[in-house]
Amino acid sequence: MSQIQIKDQIPTGELMSSGHFACPGCGGSLAMRLVLKGLGPKTMVALPACCWTIVAGPWPQSSVNIPLYHSPFETAAAVASGIRAALDMQGDQETTVLAWAGDGGTFDIGLQALSGAAERNENILYVCYDNEAYMNTGIQRSSATPWGAWTTTTPAGHPEARPKKDILAIMAAHRIPYAATASVAYPVDLIRKVEKARAIRGTRFLHVIAPCPPGWKTSDDETIELARMAVLTKIFPLMEVEDGQTWRFSMEHPGDPVEPYIKRQGRFSHLGPREIGQIQLDVDARWKMLERRVEMGI
Amino acid sequence: MKKVMMGNHAVSWGVKLARTEVIAAYPITPQTQVVEALSEMCSSGELAARFIKVESEHSAMAACIGASATGARAFTATSSQGLALMHEVLHWAGGGRLPIVMANVNRALAPAWNVWTDQNDSLSQRDTGWIQLYCESNQEVLDTTIQAFKLAEAVDLPVMVVLDAFYLSHTSEPVDIPDQEAVDAFLPRRVARVKMDVNDPRSFGALATPAVYMEMRLRQQEAMELARVTYDEIVEEWGGMFGRRNGAIESYHAEGAEILLVTSGTITSTSRHVVNELRARGEKVGLVKVKMFRPFPTEALRVALAGVPHVAVLDRNISPGHGGIFAEEIRSALYDLAPERRPRVHGYIVGLGGRDVTPAVIEDCLARTRAAAGAGNTPEREDLWVGVKS
Ligand SMILES: Cc1ncc(C[n+]2csc(CCOP(=O)(O)OP(=O)(O)O)c2C)c(N)n1
Ligand code: SF4
Ligand SMILES: [Mg+2]
Repeated sequence: MSQIQIKDQIPTGELMSSGHFACPGCGGSLAMRLVLKGLGPKTMVALPACCWTIVAGPWPQSSVNIPLYHSPFETAAAVASGIRAALDMQGDQETTVLAWAGDGGTFDIGLQALSGAAERNENILYVCYDNEAYMNTGIQRSSATPWGAWTTTTPAGHPEARPKKDILAIMAAHRIPYAATASVAYPVDLIRKVEKARAIRGTRFLHVIAPCPPGWKTSDDETIELARMAVLTKIFPLMEVEDGQTWRFSMEHPGDPVEPYIKRQGRFSHLGPREIGQIQLDVDARWKMLERRVEMGI
Repeated sequence: MKKVMMGNHAVSWGVKLARTEVIAAYPITPQTQVVEALSEMCSSGELAARFIKVESEHSAMAACIGASATGARAFTATSSQGLALMHEVLHWAGGGRLPIVMANVNRALAPAWNVWTDQNDSLSQRDTGWIQLYCESNQEVLDTTIQAFKLAEAVDLPVMVVLDAFYLSHTSEPVDIPDQEAVDAFLPRRVARVKMDVNDPRSFGALATPAVYMEMRLRQQEAMELARVTYDEIVEEWGGMFGRRNGAIESYHAEGAEILLVTSGTITSTSRHVVNELRARGEKVGLVKVKMFRPFPTEALRVALAGVPHVAVLDRNISPGHGGIFAEEIRSALYDLAPERRPRVHGYIVGLGGRDVTPAVIEDCLARTRAAAGAGNTPEREDLWVGVKS
C-alpha cells in the first residue's frame, strides 16, 4: 500500500497532543494516538500505573484531550467497570470506556481484575500496549517478556527462561465478543480493529505490540520497522477472535526468518545461532497451533 | 414504618433509601447479607442501581472509584480480610476525594481464622483518608448509612460505617425505617463538583511533584476538619426530621463522674447497663461513647473529659507493640489540657476476636481503675488485658 493510500485511511482528528513525556520512538505513545483516532472524543480512560502515567503528563497537564483517571496498577479493568456502570446510570451508551494498560498491568498484576471484567462481559474496551517488560520502573521482566530476552531482572547470563504468556488465548477463553492483536506498524489495520471494537457491546480486548527503544536497546528510528518485522516473522501475528471461537488471521504472514528481527535488538545481543534457531522453532510450532485454531476454533 | 431486622439489613435499607446508583461488592462473613439483600432489591427493581459482581474486594473498591469519579453515588460493604485486601485502593478513594460509602462489619483478622467482632480491621485503615463512624444499634446503622452519603458528598471524602460482627450484623432489632420522601428531602441526588465528563475532559490523579503534592494533602486535612462541623450539622438536621441524634460523641451519666468509661460499638450498650447499675448504688461512674474515629473528635472529647479524674478506655483492638488504639488517641487528645484538668487515662484491652465483653468484664475494668486511683498510681502505660486466661 502506498503512503498516500494509508494517509487517506487514517482519521485526521488528533486527541493526543505533542509535547508529551514519552521517549523518542515510543511505540506505546503511537499506539494511543492511533487508538484515539479510532475512538474519537467520546472516550474515557482508566489508566493504571505504566509508562503512560508519565506520558500523560504531570498535574495540571494532560497530553490527551479526553477524561482520564489515573488508577492503581492492578485495577484498570475494575475502574473501567465502575466508570461504565456510572455512565449506564446516566443513560450514556455512546461513550466508550477504555482501559489502557501495559503488559505488566495486563498479563501480571492486573490479570485478575481483567479476567473478572471479561467474565462479566463488562461493556469496556481494554487495550494492552505491549513493550514486553516493565518499562516505567526501568526494564524488568514481565510474563510478556519473550524467551531469551535480557531485562534488568533477567540478566544476559540468565535471560528470560519462559515463553511469552498467550494472553490472546486467555482472553478468548473468556468467550468475550471480540479480541484482537494489532501493531503500530499497521495503522490501518489497527484503526479498523478499534472502530470495529467500538461498535461492539461487551468486553473487547486489543493487544498491541509497541516497541520501546530504551527497553529493547534499539535506536528510536527503528520502532515501526521492528513492529512490522514482529508481524512478518509470525512472532506477533495479526489476528481477530470473535466470541472466543472464530479465529482469523488479519493478513498473509510471509514468515520471514526471525534472525534479522532478533539481531537488531540489543536485548537479544547475548543470543547465539543456537538460541536464535530455538526461537525460530518455537515460532514455527506456535504458528501451526494458531493455524489449527483458525481452522477449528477452540 | 418499623421493621425487625438484622444490622446487615439495616445497612441495605440505608443504601436503598439513599438511592445509591452503583454497588460493587464481594461476599465475606459476616457482611454477606448486606449485599445479598441489595442484590434482591436491584433485581426486583426496588432499587435502580447497577450492581457489579466483582471478583474481589480489591476490584469492588476499584469499581466504586471509577463509578464515583464519574459522578455516581457508589457503595460497597466488606469486613476484615476483604477490607485489608482493599488497602491500596482505600488510599485512592481518600486521596482522590471520592465520596464513596462503605459498610465494614468489624471482624478479627487472621491468623487464626476468626469471624467474630474485633476492631482491628477498620482501625488498621486509620490513615487511608476515610471518615470512620462506629455504630451501637441497628437503628443507628440505618440512620448513619444515609447520613454517611450526605457527609461524604458535602466534604468530598469517603465514609466507612462500622458495625460489630454478629452483635449487630446478625442480631435482629426493631428499626424505624424513614419514609423515602423524607430521605429524599434530606439527601437529594448527588451533584458531583467535578467528574469524568467527555464535555469537560480532565485528568485525575496525575503525577504531582513535591511542589504541589503537599497542598493536596493539606486540602484533604482541611476537608477532614470540615467533616467534624458538617457531621454535627447533619446530626442536627436528621434529629430535627426523625427525632434521633447520634453525634460524634455522646456523654451518658457523665455528671460529677469520678470515672468515665470510653467505649465504641456495642460495648457501649453493655456499659450503659453497668453504669445504670452502679449509679443506682450511688457510684460516680459514667460513660462517653465515641462514634466518630476519623476525623478524631479531639475538641469534643477534651470538653467531655476535662476535669474528670479517671478515664477507662475499653479497646476491642490492639496496635501490637503499642496499645489500645482508642486509648492512645485519647491520651494524645488530652495531653494539651492543663495538668490539673487532665484525666488519668487507663487503657484496657478487651473482647478481641469476639470474646464476650460482659458486665463483669466492664466491672473488672472499673475495679482496676478504682484500685489504681486509690493507690495513687499513675496509670500503667502498658494497657491492661482484661478477660484473658493466664
Ligand atoms: C501495586 C504496585 N506495584 C508496583 C508498582 C510499580 N510499577 C509502576 S509501573 C510498573 C511497571 C509497569 O509495566 P507495564 O504495565 O508493562 O507498563 P510499562 O511501564 O512497560 O509501559 C511498576 C512495577 C505500582 N505502581 N503499584
Ligand atoms: S520507556 Fe519505552 S514505553 Fe516507556 S515511554 Fe520510553 S519508549 Fe515509551
Ligand atoms: Mg510494559
